[in-house]
Amino acid sequence: MLGLEKKDFRLLLIVVALTMLAPFILNPFPEGSDMAQFNAGYPDLMQRFVIFGILAIGFNILFGLTGYLSFGHAAFLGVGSYAAVWMFKLLSMNVIPAILLSVVIAGVFALIIGYVSLRRSGIYFSILTLAFAQMSYALAYSVLTPLTGGETGLQPKPGDPRILDGALAPGETATPGFFGLFDMRDSLELSVGSWVFTFNAGYYFAAVLMIVAFYVSIRIFRSPFGMMLRAIKSNQTRMSYTGLNARPYTLAAFVISGMYAGLAGGLLVSMDPQAGAERMFWTASGEIVLMTILGGAGTLIGPVLGAGFIKYFENIVSKINKTTLEGWFYWLPDGLEDFVITLIYPFVGKGWHLTLGLLFMLVVIFLPGGLVQGGQKIAAAFKRKKPDDAKRSATEPAE
Amino acid sequence: MDQIILQILNGLDKGSAYALIALGLTLIFGTLGVVNFAHGALFMMGAFVAVTVSKVLTLSHKVVDESRTDFLGNPLQVDVPYLYDWFGQSAGDAIIDWAVPISIIVAIPIMVAIGFIMERGLIKYFYKRPHADQILVTFGLAIVMQEIIKYFYGANPIPTPAPSAFTGSFDFGVAFGFDPNAIIYPYWRLVYFFFSIFVIGAVFAFLQFTTFGMVVRAGMADRETVGLLGINIDKRFTVMFGIAAAVAGLAGVMYVPINPPNYHMGMDFLVLSFVVVVVGGMGSLPGAVAAGFLLGILESFASMSAVINLLPGINQIIIYLVAIIILLTRPRGLMGRKGVMEE
Repeated sequence: MLGLEKKDFRLLLIVVALTMLAPFILNPFPEGSDMAQFNAGYPDLMQRFVIFGILAIGFNILFGLTGYLSFGHAAFLGVGSYAAVWMFKLLSMNVIPAILLSVVIAGVFALIIGYVSLRRSGIYFSILTLAFAQMSYALAYSVLTPLTGGETGLQPKPGDPRILDGALAPGETATPGFFGLFDMRDSLELSVGSWVFTFNAGYYFAAVLMIVAFYVSIRIFRSPFGMMLRAIKSNQTRMSYTGLNARPYTLAAFVISGMYAGLAGGLLVSMDPQAGAERMFWTASGEIVLMTILGGAGTLIGPVLGAGFIKYFENIVSKINKTTLEGWFYWLPDGLEDFVITLIYPFVGKGWHLTLGLLFMLVVIFLPGGLVQGGQKIAAAFKRKKPDDAKRSATEPAE
Repeated sequence: MDQIILQILNGLDKGSAYALIALGLTLIFGTLGVVNFAHGALFMMGAFVAVTVSKVLTLSHKVVDESRTDFLGNPLQVDVPYLYDWFGQSAGDAIIDWAVPISIIVAIPIMVAIGFIMERGLIKYFYKRPHADQILVTFGLAIVMQEIIKYFYGANPIPTPAPSAFTGSFDFGVAFGFDPNAIIYPYWRLVYFFFSIFVIGAVFAFLQFTTFGMVVRAGMADRETVGLLGINIDKRFTVMFGIAAAVAGLAGVMYVPINPPNYHMGMDFLVLSFVVVVVGGMGSLPGAVAAGFLLGILESFASMSAVINLLPGINQIIIYLVAIIILLTRPRGLMGRKGVMEE
């Protein structure tokens, strides 16, 4: 179906089902209950799941297939965000032109940066991309302030020309929409018993785009082009001895993954129309790498899982505070309760980065294939049979 | 002319920090072949050793001072450092004043120990893994280290002064025959520069003039052959990891009075130090040192107002720009060795 093998099509169907039913799946606990804080079914977080999913899918096309570890991918996210905000400012609050422009601009950026950076491989490539991203960050903060808004960031303001919509009156605000049919912030709430499910237009818009992005990535993975990219990862020297020039392929992969990042940037801005330079900082790039590795680089579904996992952690674990912990462990004897809380407290709330760092180390040490490999190992333990997929998904970067 | 000398001097202290961190990174890379993204965190740990030492030295207990009263008329309670009890007031003050230099003595064993634990506990298992895995696991470790520091010391920078003997500034203007006050340079930065030169010299001398260093150099050139000669090269490389950690830690200790340390100072330096290593050439120790000073000085030249007026924003990007140009024209960096990290 749709030019996919049966297995891939099934995977796509699962992803479609999961994203479409996400408001239900992510809200398993009734409103007002103790566990309600673990619900992730609110629009802001769900949007982030799919948007960072797109970002990680794109990064995976570069890192998972070719093994080139880009440490500056956040630059494309930032550039895409700025491009989309400019479209809101100049044209209209319609998201389609904004997203198109952010994809195109990020693609052009990726073409330039990739053309230069891909002359080197291995760690030199990582440092070059890092250098470009840090340069974009520094410039966006300082010299390019007229274009980027500098420290305050860029957002639509009254007085912007907005050729199609007309300028905003002072005090009036506008939210990005889809041809005036719906607004990105439109939400429908459904109450079933004590459960409240929120269906957000922006989420579904981003989710559809993520499904398209996922489909495209499956097609790339299974295409001869994807095979070439894998060949680059496994042995670039041998590939060039057979008379193939690797660079056009890697450049194409770099540009494609840059465009994915641009799309994610455009979507981020569509949900919340403001862009800032901190989106391009190198820790943001590190986070993208983290998502992909955590989920499983080189696998289809891994990056989406990783992105969802990290964003969930960021939002849920960082919200846990001392009172919440006391609520959980009230049944323990007093001394033990205090002890347990002191033990756990550094890892939650403001300390969630610590948990993230530890988790990240554990994954890299014990599960280089990420969550997907972990799942396969568990599945294999049940089936008592080594999955043949495990070999294919193991990653080795290009040297 | 005085402007040029001033900028060179300004670049020296940052350049020294870059050079020291890059030296450690190169040592680790050249010996163990591991890309250590946690090296900036080691620098930061060193800085916090200094903070801790100065806190420990000022540990005090309350003493009721009968001669003074607080605003309620009760006898005033005064904090008296334990050092006063032990050594008397003037000696105690002197020790507290010299907290940062004293930290050096404390920092060396601590940093070497941290290095050993890191190498034996984690890095050892990553020799055979791809560089991407090494980068990622040490990146994770760096996050963990800085979060631990953040948990204990908070997110705000902690000012820790230099000994009062070094608080003033040296007037190079007079020394070089320019106008007085034309070139003013804080003493501590001079100290930092000479200290880093001393550390760098010590590391080079250690590698060049001791048998241990000779074996390490041989191991850097051809690990397998050295191993075949019956030398336990892994053990020596572990020691080198400890030394590299100590170098980064010392750079951090001495940097405390220049910039109050906070938990993410390591990350800020790490990215630039990596660029420095790559510019100097992976695996080349002199290259790392030269590139460190070079980039530090270039950075301070780029922040001259005349240059900024000409090319706005150049001070922010100069290091990266130089790195890109050098990597594209000289793939091995300034002094990169043949056969190290080549495609």
